[in-house]
Amino acid sequence: MEGGSRDRVHGSLDMASVSDNVMKFFRSSSNQTVGKAIPQKLTRRSSGIGEISRLLNSQEALCVLDMGATSANNIRFFTGKGHKNYSEDLLRSSLDPALRIQDSKGNTVVDSKKFLDENLVYANAQFDVVLCWNLPDYLEESLVKPTIDRLWSVMKPGGYLLTFFHTRDAGPDSICYRYHVTGSDMLEMQEVKFAPPGRPASDKQSPRLQRVFNNRHIENLFRDFASIKFFLARDAIREVLVVR
Amino acid sequence: MDAPQTGEFAHIGKSVVIKGELSGSEDLYVDGNVEGNIELRNHSLTVGPNGNVKANVTAKAVVIQGKLDGTVNASDRVELRKSAVVTGDVTTQRIAIEEGAFLKGKVDIQKEAGKAAGLASS
Repeated sequence: MEGGSRDRVHGSLDMASVSDNVMKFFRSSSNQTVGKAIPQKLTRRSSGIGEISRLLNSQEALCVLDMGATSANNIRFFTGKGHKNYSEDLLRSSLDPALRIQDSKGNTVVDSKKFLDENLVYANAQFDVVLCWNLPDYLEESLVKPTIDRLWSVMKPGGYLLTFFHTRDAGPDSICYRYHVTGSDMLEMQEVKFAPPGRPASDKQSPRLQRVFNNRHIENLFRDFASIKFFLARDAIREVLVVR
Repeated sequence: MDAPQTGEFAHIGKSVVIKGELSGSEDLYVDGNVEGNIELRNHSLTVGPNGNVKANVTAKAVVIQGKLDGTVNASDRVELRKSAVVTGDVTTQRIAIEEGAFLKGKVDIQKEAGKAAGLASS
């Protein structure tokens, strides 16, 4: 991890209440509401999706795991090509207050064992394609490595995993996007907002960027995988395509 | 979607709790708690915004505004409204998912012979 985001993350671990602890994952203040604003949608060309599209077009009945927010676009894109689509919004699941426990020092921490007991529960070598999107940048730190290890188990050898990482140029207020596949190498980006636990549905806030990985950290994160390929883009995002 | 008029649907209100097998030959609106299995075959199930269903569902059409935990097998269509929270696999010919709906599970679009599968978002 780089920069001040680590201090910010670790500095908030001594917060007493579960709800306060959960709030560290959100970017904006509690008074900020979405109201009736029209969600902004941007597009970006994706080399990673381009490679995955070539795989999807060349084979039949692949199993695809989409770990972003539920997207009708993505379900249509994958099932329309005859593949099986699994949806699991892991970022949202990770914010479940029931996962917060007290450690021996009284700090509120995330129970990674319980998290993996309840999420990513699939047979070994089930998936041909996993779309992580920007999950590692926003996931609670204690969950990142166990999640990647679990993904290694549920992916088939030779399977593709696509994930996005912010570069150092990205500030802590970088917008968290969900990604809709709209073409063979095209994504539509839409800002993600959740209502934190205990808040009204109208009080939606953006998740906060938890850290910025450098290339070495990314390579370490995926060291058990067969290969890793980086795609640089003009925005402050690196696309990473990993082969199991 | 407002709750349907009583008479159009069999209606399970939000204070009702049912555990067991539920089957019928008319449309069903569930705004309460149901635990078990629901089988409607040629009719529709609507889970209202207060509905909490822990059941495997077989119906012609399934519309979910509340919470459903179980597999959904709809011979025609499934609609997940913006407040829907669904955990389980969905098998259907057509599915519509509103912005904000949550789905954790597999979507299997089954094509009817002679027709292309459709899938729409609102």
